[in-house]
Amino acid sequence: MNHPIIPIAVLSADRQRKRQAPKGRQVEPAALAEVQALLFEHSGDEPVRRDLLIEYLHRINDQYGQLGAPHLAALAHCMRLSLAEVFEVASFYHHFDIVKEDGDGLIAAPPALTVRVCDGLSCELAGASDLLDRLPALLGHEVRLIPAPCVGRCEQAPVAVVHQHPVGFATAGAVLDAVRSGLRLDTPAAAIGLVDYIAGGGYAVLRDCLEGRRSLDSVLTVLDDAGLRGLGGAGFPAGRKWRLVAAEPAPRLLAVNIDEGEPGTFKDRWCLEADPHRFLEGVLIAAWAVGIEAVYLYLRDEYHGARTLLEGALADLHAAPPVAGRALPLIELRRGAGAYICGEESAMIESIEGKRGLPRLRPPYVAQVGLFGRPTLEHNLETLFWVRELLERGGAWFAAHGRHGRHGLRRYSVSGRVRLPGVKLAPAGITVQELIDEFCGGMADGHRLHAYLPGGASGGILPASLNHLPLDFDTLQPHGCFIGSAAVIVLSQHDKVVDAARNLMRFFEHESCGQCTPCRVGTTKASALINQPRWNLPLLAELSQVMRDASICGLGQAAPNPVDCVIRYFPHELTADE
Amino acid sequence: MTELSFHLNGREVKAHAGESILQVADREGVAVPRLCWQEGLSDAGNCRSCMVEVMGERVLAASCCRRPAAGMKVQTDSPRALAAQKMVLELLLADQPAEALTRHHELNDWALKAGVGSSRFAPRPAVPADRSHAGITVEMDACIQCTRCLRACRDAQGNDVIGLAFRGGEAKIVFDFDDAMGASSCVGCGECVQACPTGALAPAGKVALAEPDVSVDSLCPYCGVGCQVTYHVKDEAVLFVEGRDGPANHGRLCVKGRYGFDYPRHPQRLTVPLIRRNGVPKDAVNRLAPADLLSVFREASWDEALALAGGTLARLRDEHGPRALAGFGSAKGSNEEAYLFQKLVRLGFGSNNVDHCTRLCHASSVAALLEGLGSGAVSNPVMDVLQAEVVIVIGANPTVNHPVAASWIKNAVEQGTRLVMIDPRKSDLSRIAHRSLQFTPDTDVALLNSMMHVIVTEGLVDRAFVENRTLGYEALAANVLAYSPELMAPVTGVPAETVREVARLYATSRASMILWGMGISQHVHGTDNARCLIALSLMTGQIGRPGTGLHPLRGQNNVQGASDAGLIPMMYPDYQRVDDPAVRARFAAAWNVPASSLDEQPGLTVVEVMHAIRRGEVRGMFIMGENPAMSDPDASHARAALAALDMLVVQDLFLTETAALADVVLPASAFIEKTGSFTNTDRRVQIGRRALPLPGQARQDLDILIQLAGHLGLDWHGYGEGDDAAAAVFDEMRRLMPSIAGITWPRLQMEDGVTYPCPHEGDAGEAVVFTDHFPTPSGRGRFVPAGIVPADERPDADYPLVLITGRQLEHWHTGSMTRRSQVLDHIEPDPVVLVHPADLAAIGAVAGELVTLVSRRGQVSLYARADSSSARGAVFVAFCWFESAINRLTNPALDPVAKIPGFKHCAVQLQRGGVAPLDGGYRDLEIRAVALTG
Repeated sequence: MNHPIIPIAVLSADRQRKRQAPKGRQVEPAALAEVQALLFEHSGDEPVRRDLLIEYLHRINDQYGQLGAPHLAALAHCMRLSLAEVFEVASFYHHFDIVKEDGDGLIAAPPALTVRVCDGLSCELAGASDLLDRLPALLGHEVRLIPAPCVGRCEQAPVAVVHQHPVGFATAGAVLDAVRSGLRLDTPAAAIGLVDYIAGGGYAVLRDCLEGRRSLDSVLTVLDDAGLRGLGGAGFPAGRKWRLVAAEPAPRLLAVNIDEGEPGTFKDRWCLEADPHRFLEGVLIAAWAVGIEAVYLYLRDEYHGARTLLEGALADLHAAPPVAGRALPLIELRRGAGAYICGEESAMIESIEGKRGLPRLRPPYVAQVGLFGRPTLEHNLETLFWVRELLERGGAWFAAHGRHGRHGLRRYSVSGRVRLPGVKLAPAGITVQELIDEFCGGMADGHRLHAYLPGGASGGILPASLNHLPLDFDTLQPHGCFIGSAAVIVLSQHDKVVDAARNLMRFFEHESCGQCTPCRVGTTKASALINQPRWNLPLLAELSQVMRDASICGLGQAAPNPVDCVIRYFPHELTADE
Repeated sequence: MTELSFHLNGREVKAHAGESILQVADREGVAVPRLCWQEGLSDAGNCRSCMVEVMGERVLAASCCRRPAAGMKVQTDSPRALAAQKMVLELLLADQPAEALTRHHELNDWALKAGVGSSRFAPRPAVPADRSHAGITVEMDACIQCTRCLRACRDAQGNDVIGLAFRGGEAKIVFDFDDAMGASSCVGCGECVQACPTGALAPAGKVALAEPDVSVDSLCPYCGVGCQVTYHVKDEAVLFVEGRDGPANHGRLCVKGRYGFDYPRHPQRLTVPLIRRNGVPKDAVNRLAPADLLSVFREASWDEALALAGGTLARLRDEHGPRALAGFGSAKGSNEEAYLFQKLVRLGFGSNNVDHCTRLCHASSVAALLEGLGSGAVSNPVMDVLQAEVVIVIGANPTVNHPVAASWIKNAVEQGTRLVMIDPRKSDLSRIAHRSLQFTPDTDVALLNSMMHVIVTEGLVDRAFVENRTLGYEALAANVLAYSPELMAPVTGVPAETVREVARLYATSRASMILWGMGISQHVHGTDNARCLIALSLMTGQIGRPGTGLHPLRGQNNVQGASDAGLIPMMYPDYQRVDDPAVRARFAAAWNVPASSLDEQPGLTVVEVMHAIRRGEVRGMFIMGENPAMSDPDASHARAALAALDMLVVQDLFLTETAALADVVLPASAFIEKTGSFTNTDRRVQIGRRALPLPGQARQDLDILIQLAGHLGLDWHGYGEGDDAAAAVFDEMRRLMPSIAGITWPRLQMEDGVTYPCPHEGDAGEAVVFTDHFPTPSGRGRFVPAGIVPADERPDADYPLVLITGRQLEHWHTGSMTRRSQVLDHIEPDPVVLVHPADLAAIGAVAGELVTLVSRRGQVSLYARADSSSARGAVFVAFCWFESAINRLTNPALDPVAKIPGFKHCAVQLQRGGVAPLDGGYRDLEIRAVALTG
């Protein structure tokens, strides 16, 4: 077993290869020409940029439906990168299909069409697994059907995506119709355009700032008074962040996180699809306030319609800058490629730099050493989306909202067993019961609140008995949960929390970047443990503590939350499961 | 702040600036597990086995990459910290294969220390092993994704083969595109194996599980970089080799150093003296197959062989005069052997007809350096590239010929140094070069003069340096005025603007360094080429400081030392000229002979000796460890010459192509079987130690020299034998060589290496020289203008291509050692010519096909390797293939000053097809059923 004899035939094939070419893969002239055409058709004579590796991979993937090994080798050559550097990046992102030579040295053609079915928790509650079971027979083998992590349309669960075309409230029939009728793209929503936005008073605040009618101090004071906090999940006070980054040496950069991947979260897409310029005005005000040289917008790849919309809005903005005589900062829109971890602030920075989305070790913090090694202001989209309104209405206006002793407004993404799921603009500190009753038209017919996720996949799971807790930053920690991006998923008596936990741990296992042991091995082992009929509770408890204590980033630190919540709040389901 | 204090496990401790908590803990004797951290590699912080509790922080901290702050309270042994450390070990342990793959399993070791027994978690599915590489077995079952191999491959060696691909639980160490290691671009340096903590990457053949009988600190026997190694030996054979923390390599090795260790035990190793059978003619045309050896030679006793060899040489000397004999020593032997060899020739033969292969590699560089700067060695060590702002590598392919030196260049580029590659061939370093000038072969002087033209005409000359430190600037400046980059661009093929940019870059940087190889020296204008490089550095003052200077990369492990020791026909040890009466008097006194007995004429050089044999002037030769039948230009002519000798004595390990033409063959010692000093390219004298016993009747080279001397009338028994003789000879050398006078044998033993100049005992040794003067009579450096001298033979209609010769990564020199190393032979088994794909297509051939190269002097057939790094119109062949000996084609025309042949340029034609070269290399006696993968 340990001493296999190399068959002579293999040896001679190996020798023949050595006679033919230097070590390793060589660049094929045809593939090189194709890749060069793709690189230079966009950028002309501009030199290739290392940080655009993921963009280049998208171009090849879009054009050829996959990343054939010869194209990847040619890309490495064009970028003066090693083969490994290109491969490790391409293979990190799930939306890139790498295809290597088969036994005959040929690259198989890409599938004619790919249909993705979201298997996020909200979609699973709404019957995604049933879709995944039924569709193969209907679609035939020409169509590649794959489960996908949350696609950010949980209010329309279940969701299937035909190439880039989202099918909400998907049934097998609806998916089949979309496939047959050739629907492939995501039509952008009818958002407020630049003209209408300006007509509605848009960019006036920015103009006031740039033209000296608003002082930097006054702007920061409004943010402080409002108590605006980062709405991506971490909740860092926005005004303080602006001051911190502004105090760092120039050049300073702004990176905007629109990699909305937390299962159950779709508010950023909602904001973007409603009013993209409101967001861009927030970007430009922040850029002015902090003295930003360049802005990078990182948008998750799943939001194809929003991307088209944002590209259009940026083009409009460049064509007619809102403040005459003031050049816009450099703004680059970057496209994710299917990696939840890139929503983590430092992983996103790595991804913008064209690398694998591995969270960085901190310190140093991104405010000091961020994108391209520069001090970086990083914000979630919704945080910036609020800026114009806060400056128009004042910090006190915002702070006056809120319930149960909490202050401000938030956009809750509500999905699951409620009558009217969707983005709900509601007071901070509202309870889940109030949110359901007042904003969601109550529970769906035949469903009764059994449990809820206050903050997406990572925020833990609370029982119906705790339906009176104010939903806000800092209120849920004593209960082993957090609000994060305010993605509220509602479960009913028909749902098993154990199954939800399994779904979520599978998600974390799938989306762990793989960098650190507690998360890479921990999520895999935890997933295996909780898929057992009987849970090894002491071992899970030990594992969970170490994942929390020793993981590099929030993904691994929060991944045990659903499991711990099951053990803490739903132990009866565990005994029933046996 | 340089030092701060914090609390470690309740004790106040000090931390130096930049130190991690882990480093402080180590110093304080506090054991904390660590797997992904390794000295010398960047911090990864990914294994999380070194977690510690920092009071007041929400989560634990990885102590390997966390710097303590003043007053910080750190617990490495709190229940929380210990739980994390143990759980991480347990998680990783769960996935380990049942049986360890190495004796040094760091995960198992830490688990044992931490009291973690078996894991409570179910293992991951097993992965099949990858045994596609001859030297390395990949068993990813044991991989813990710590990325030490990746950092070793990428950050240290700069080979960029290993990546961490995929994501999450699928995250995986890959080679290139997740290809089999043996099919990847892996160059087999083995740095990853040395870095792996679990044996997932291990030397093939499970040798990592064997316990060595002895581990010997020594040197690598191959190139001039001078890597320090440890040989792990069991049952009188090397198990595996590891890099040591030597000044030139800091633990790094290349594929030759790592895997080229088994040749001394090859079945073809000579172990008994041989004498040519009566009446068997010398066949200069056909190869002597190992199986036919005993039909040509008979075994003899040492006494008989030495008596015949020494007696015949003495008779020829007495009958035909001292100049009828000549000796070629070896740049692979030790300093002591080189010294004793030249002493044997000068006293025993009675002439200065002693030379060695430096004539074929850097003779022109040395000639130009001695003429311009008064010293033939490098001005700065390779490692100085890390202090340079600009590095020019010209006429060299360090990733192939000096791989560990190349790794430092890559590290420098990573730190921001701008690298300029100047070579007709595009090499691996071109990928990371700031500029890569792929110029037309043979136009070196035109290109370099045009660079100097820019420096002179754009006012970039360092006036003060020229004024205070040099002579002859005006003539040089006047000469280069005729060479504007615009005028030279059509000649060199390099755009004028590029030349201007590079010239400005070189001249104006804080510190610029030039490294070169045989692309500069092996031309009929090799001396002129080197003169230009010297002039470049002098006119810009880019010499005499750290990070500047001139570094001719020396090709053999001891070519520097052999030259220093006097294996040169015109010089005694330490470059003291034989035609200087004072020098002769000094050596005569030291050697206890009359001054009149020393030949006052310089002797013949390597190629001149061959011509002299054909003229009947040289009749007897002693060749120790060299293989001119393979390495000389126009090798057919050289072989015919060797065959014409009345007496050829060859001292070697194998029956080389040269030994096949011998009358007496003396079985000698391999590098690893002897102790001696060797001088690397940095002028560092280092000690190589005996790690294996001699096989059969083979003898130490130094002992053979002493015994042979006895038959030539010299009583050298006073030197003693073996290691004692080495010590005694070295002591004699240092008394005659001012540059190493301060280096004693005991100091070498203790320190492993000392850099010269080291004139007095206790001197540290100077790594950077020429800081305030040059060792010339005037103390100044001298400009020597160079004009264009075309190659002796240029491409024409009949022979339209240029043939460039050199080496391949795996095969060293004429291949007699490396091609008998199992791993190296497996990686590069067949003779190939590197051809640009378009040139191949032009003759209708496909990659891998048999082709024939023809020059005016001969032809060879080999396999065509399509290689887009070759220039159009220029093909490349290494001279290591006995079955396709490329030097049958090369041109023996010489550089007039240094007498070096122009190996880098002759005209050839390329034809499709040919007679297949002998298959099987040196595997004649090998049993192929033994897999390399075991």
